[in-house]
Formats: sequence, structure tokens, C-alpha cells
Amino acid sequence: MTDILSHELLQIIWFLLWGLLWGIYFVLDGFDLGMGTLLPFLACTENERRTVYNAAGPYWDGNEVWLITAGGVTFAAFPTAYAVLFSALYAPLLILLFALIFRAVSFEFRNKINDPLWRKVWDVFQFLGNFVPALLLGVAFAGLFQGIPINENGVYMGNLLSLLNIYGLLGGVFFVLMFAVHGALWLNLKSEGILRARAEACAHKLWLPLTGIAVAFLVATAFYTPLYSAYLQTRVLGIIPLLAVTLLFSVRIMLQAGKHISAFASSAGFMLCVTLFGVIGMFPNIVLSSIKPEYSITVTEASSSQLTLTIMLCVALVCVPLVIIYQSWAYKLFAERVTEKSLQSDHAY
Amino acid sequence: MDVVMLSRLQFAVTVFFHFIFVPLTLGLSVLLAVMETLYVRSGNEQYKRMAKFWGKLFLINFALGVVTGISLEFQFGTNWANYSKGVGDIFGSILAIEATLAFFLESTFIAVWHFGWDKVSKKVHCFAIWAVAFASNLSALWIIIANGWMQNPIGSEFVNGKAVLIDFATVLSNPFAWSQYAHTILGAWLLAGFFVLGISALHLVRNNEKDFFGRSFKLAATWTLVLAVALPLQGHSHGVTVTKYQPAKLAAMESHWESAKSAPLYLLVFPDEKNRRNYFQALPVPGMLSFLAYGDTQAEVAGLNQIGAADFAEFVAKTGYRADTPVAVMADGEKIIRPLKPEDAVPPVLPTFLSFRLMVGLAGVFLVLAVVAWLRRKDIGEHPKIARALALAIPLPYICLMAGWTVAEVGRQPWIVHKTMLTVQGISAVPASSVALSLAAFVVVYGCLGVLDIWLLRKYAMKGPEPAGHAAGVA
Repeated sequence: MTDILSHELLQIIWFLLWGLLWGIYFVLDGFDLGMGTLLPFLACTENERRTVYNAAGPYWDGNEVWLITAGGVTFAAFPTAYAVLFSALYAPLLILLFALIFRAVSFEFRNKINDPLWRKVWDVFQFLGNFVPALLLGVAFAGLFQGIPINENGVYMGNLLSLLNIYGLLGGVFFVLMFAVHGALWLNLKSEGILRARAEACAHKLWLPLTGIAVAFLVATAFYTPLYSAYLQTRVLGIIPLLAVTLLFSVRIMLQAGKHISAFASSAGFMLCVTLFGVIGMFPNIVLSSIKPEYSITVTEASSSQLTLTIMLCVALVCVPLVIIYQSWAYKLFAERVTEKSLQSDHAY
Repeated sequence: MDVVMLSRLQFAVTVFFHFIFVPLTLGLSVLLAVMETLYVRSGNEQYKRMAKFWGKLFLINFALGVVTGISLEFQFGTNWANYSKGVGDIFGSILAIEATLAFFLESTFIAVWHFGWDKVSKKVHCFAIWAVAFASNLSALWIIIANGWMQNPIGSEFVNGKAVLIDFATVLSNPFAWSQYAHTILGAWLLAGFFVLGISALHLVRNNEKDFFGRSFKLAATWTLVLAVALPLQGHSHGVTVTKYQPAKLAAMESHWESAKSAPLYLLVFPDEKNRRNYFQALPVPGMLSFLAYGDTQAEVAGLNQIGAADFAEFVAKTGYRADTPVAVMADGEKIIRPLKPEDAVPPVLPTFLSFRLMVGLAGVFLVLAVVAWLRRKDIGEHPKIARALALAIPLPYICLMAGWTVAEVGRQPWIVHKTMLTVQGISAVPASSVALSLAAFVVVYGCLGVLDIWLLRKYAMKGPEPAGHAAGVA
């Protein structure tokens, strides 16, 4: 059974699935991260703040599992990349981790004590627990595209600030804006009244800066990263960045037309295309070294054995469709808007 | 302290903290499922209230369990890069499968259960909690299969320091892993039993919600008794399994230095690790150690002084180990060299020995408490002393489980993968200062969150259930 697919083909499949997994994580957790970032700016009253929490309520935990899976798949399919990337990005990853811990706890703890100060403290953590991961994921992925300072042994030669160059910061701001628009579009679907109107207006307002930064990021990518060489070699791949731009404009058009679900879907598609654009551009490397191109780690060098990749593909082919079916069912189950009345129930956040 | 020690400490701190929350999730999820099934079957609203009340405590506990688990997954890469590079083919794929098979199921259905009381039918809601119970116990199985492979690496082959998967079925059917899984699950379920017993007993003494807590207590008393009996029986069989695959761990547990046939079990003994012998050993039970280890009073039990050299020779032959090869080269060119001497290829005896005794001693206490609780299951409210003892006993299973894991993990040293890879060989070439900083952050953050979480659990446990027929919000 192990020789149905060649090792090379399996590596390419898993590389694409790896990129796709990160993309799905960004799309799903992206709206949680975005809403949390916007919390202090959009929600003014206690009920509005609780609406924001409950708009993410049944989803954020399941969404975070996509991050665990993306990490797990990196470990399983490309152990060398996992080892090098995670140890190189030590500080940003640990900060990301602490931020996510505070986010989870702020969901669970906030409503347990009815005291304005207690709740205010957790609102701060909710904001930081979403804003910081959004920023760091952007900085980290910009770093991946650009290459990180690793030597021939995969040891990180940079310091804490190596990733915070112009391109890295641009990536950070880009991700924060991307998630914020995505979050505003989600809140637009999940709330009602003034808060919903504010969320819609916010998506409108942030669209232009997002587009500006996205264009700047695409242009800067040509100067700071080798990503475009893949696209110059295989021109048909150019459809991915084109699709990304199209979907970004579609967000605006759909919003204007009042088609709010389509606007959210366009935003999701945009984020998926952005991720795939970057990841595919890295091929055949999975970790780029900014010190010397020879130190970069290729997909082949990083990958697990043919047997492991085959088994994991079987597991994924059987389980992932099931996961998608029951997660979609759960999304549908809680699809209705958060209302004043639903906030009264004893299990609301 | 150097990067090796700091990384090990950090993993120990984070994994122990994670395991404060996991066992209650594993056990209480099943108890919740039983309560809700009783509700669906009988239609008795009391069982629904029980599922809701214990479920609230479950959720307060659950969130921290989830997020502290991510720190562990991340740490394999951040702090144990050489290990990850070496074992991703097997260990990594098991973690990925765990996430795909168990975590999605758990996280989706806990949301359905938490938010779905008015949205789905009774039966679907009950199914949701069974799915959570199944998924959390399934995820424990996968993580212990991964750990079991570190303890007994089968189904794989090491080529140039990297594990390559040979036979997945062998990895999955690892007898060490299954034995350790059974041991862990029984312990976790027992912990949940004592949790429910202790809280119920306190309320019953105060005459609070007699029917509600009486039912909870009775259910937990039977559950706990069965587990308190099953655990030592299975524990003995697990000991035999440990002996078979890791004689060094057993020898460290018992502070057994010299190989001997028909080895006695000393009731009074204390290890003198420095001189590789015991300070004293008295009150021998003849042939008992041989019997416990092999089920045969005549069997030879290998001693630490013999095992170390033999395991080391096997390790050198298998991996071509050279003591002067650096385990890591740091960014500044510093070489980390940690030579292992043959006689040091045994676990630290004192912590293994003491943890084992603590674990076994507590298991005895649990048996007594479980019997007493069961006998008083109908009138515990009239026995305030027993009730208070049960409440005070809530932390004990936690301590017992930690001690058990200390035996399992400290007793595995100096190996990260048994007789194949040294723990020191697994580290990342990250600066010690970074690890010191992150360790300090973990201690502070986890410390604060742990205190808050326990405080909230206590508060909601003492508050008791919402009055019957009441459905108003907290806010």
C-alpha cells in the first residue's frame, strides 16, 4: 500500500496541504483575532462587549485546533522544518503562546465574576490575546517569506529584533488589518442594531488601508523576497495573486451591495489566496535562509518518510472531510445572531 | 544553569501544570455523560441540573487544559529541536493524528454541549457530551502512544540519528503504551470521582440540596470504589510491564542496586545514590521483589549497577555514540558537550524511589477512603468528619498522578527515547538566557492563572447548583 504515491509526489501534496492548513487557520481563527482586536473600538456598552465575546463563543476553541493541527502537521510531515522554525522563532512563538493562553482564559473567566473592574481586566487581555497573535503571525510569515538568519546547521543567528525589519513590520500590519476587516465582517453577520452598523462601517473604513497595505506588501515582496521567481517560472500560478486581488475588491463590492455573507466569504478567500501565494512562492524550499541560499531547507530535505506521509494522507482523507462536516454543522447550529435575549441565557459568555 | 537543565525544567513545569487540568477533564466528562444519560433515560430534571452544575466546573477546568496543551506541542520544536528532527517521522505523526482525530471532535462537541442546551434535542445534547468524553479519552490514548514509543521505541529503525517508521501497526499496538494508558485513565477517572465526592460531601453536611448532592455522591461513591480497587490491580500488572521493558526504572523505583535471584522486598530502605547502595535496608519480605516484578519468587531481578553498563553498551552498539560529540553547537560557536559515562546510564534513584512510594501509599489511602465513602453513601451528611476528610482528600489524587508521572518520566532518564537517544541530545541550540526568561514567564503566568482557576472552581463548587426551575443569566 505504501508505494501508491511516490515520495516526491507525497512531499508536494503535503507541502500544499501544509500551506492550506495555515490558510484555513487564518480564515477561521482570523475572525476571532480580528473581533478581539476591534473589541475596545467597536463595543461601548457591557451588552455590546458580551455580544462580541458570544459572536466568537462557540467557535474560537475549535478554530484554534486548526493551529494545533498546522503545528502538528509541520512536525509530522516536515520535522526538520518544524525543529528549525520553532527554535529559530523562539521568542515570537512563546509570546504568541502566552497571548493565546490569555485569550482563552479571558473567554472562560470574564463572565464568572460580575464586577466591572474584573471584566475590564479580562477585556484588556482579550484585546491583547487577539491583537498580539495577529501581529506576530504577520511578522513571522513575512519572516518566512523573506528568509530567517539560520546557518548551515539550522541554528538561528539573529536576535530578537531580526524579524522586525521593514518587510516584517509591513507583514504584521497587513495581517492585523486583514484580520480586523475579517472580524468586522463576521461581527456584521453575528450582531444586530447599532453594534452591527458599527461593524459594517468599520469594515468599510478599514478596507482602503487594507488594500493600500496589501499592495505595498505585494510590491515589497518583489524587493525583499525571492517569492516571485516561482511565479515567473510557472506563470499559470500567477492566478493566485490575481485571485487574491480580485477577492479583495469583491469584499468592497459585496459590502456596498449589502451582500454581507458574500463579503465575508470573499474576505475568507482573499486570506486563503494570500497564504497560498506566499507558501507556494517558497517552493522547493520550506525554510529560507537569509544568510545564504544554500542554507535554506528544501521540502525534500525536511520531509518525513514515504510511509509516514502515506499513512498521514490516508488519515487526512478519511478524517478531514468528517471534521469539515461536523464543524460545518456546528457553525450552522449557532448561525443566528447574538441578541439581547440570547445574552440572558445562563450559558452565554 | 545551562540550556539543557533549563529546557528540562521548563518542560517539567509546563507538563505538570497541564496535567492539573487534564485528568479531571478525562474523568468528569465520562461522569457528566453518565448523568445526562440518566436524565435522558429517566426524564428526572435533577440529573439535568447535575450535568449543568458539574458541567460548569468542568468548563472552568477545561479551558486551561486546552491552552496549556499547546505550550507542550510548541516546546518540542522550540526547546527540543534535535529531538523533533530525529523523531518527527513517528512522534510528530502521532501528534498530528491526535489533533485530527480527537481535538476537532472534542472542541466542536464541547461547544455544542456548552451552548446547545436549547438548540438541539435532548438526545443530540447527550450525544455531544459522550463525544467529548470519547474524544478527550481518545486524545489521551494518542499522546500516550507517543509517550509509549519514547519509553519503548518499537516499529521503527534509527538511521543516522533519525527514527524511520517501519511498521505503524507495531507502534500503535505497543504493549507498554497500552498498559500505561490504562494506568493513566484509571487514575484520572479516580481523581474525578474524589472531586465529586468531596464537593458533594461538604454540601450534604451543610444540608444543602440534599437530593441533588445525595445522588451525585452515590453515583461517585460506586464509581470511585470500582476504580480504587481496579487501579492497584492494574498497577501491579503495569509494574510487570515496566520491568519487562525498562528494568532500570523498576530497579530505581525499588532502589535495587545489585542483580539478585529471589530478590527480597525491603519494607524499610533508603537509597544512598552517591555510593550506589542503600543507607539501610531492613525487614525483607523474601522473594517478594522477584514476585512483584516477574510473578515468580525465584526470578532474577537486575540491579542498577549491572543495568547501567549493559544499557550503555547496547546504546553505543546501536547508535555509534561518541561521548565527545557535541549535543548542540550554539549560534556563537559554543559547543555543548555532555559525555555520558556507562555507570550513569541509569535514572536518578532518589526522586524515582520517593515518587513511587508516594504514589503507592496514596493508592492505599484512596482504597480506604473509597470503601468508607461507599459504606456511607446514603448518610454521609450525618458524618461531618468523614465528609471533611473527603473534601480534604480532593488534592490527593492530583499529587498521586504527578508522582506517577514522575516515576514514568524521571525513571526513563537519561534517555529521551529509551536506549536510543539521550535527553541531552534532544535540545535546541537556543540561548540559555531565552529559556531562562520563558521559564520565568511560565512560572509567573501559570502560577497566577492556576491560583485564579482554583479560586473560581472553589467559588462555583461552594455556590452549588442554580435553584431548580431557574434559568436566568449571570449578568
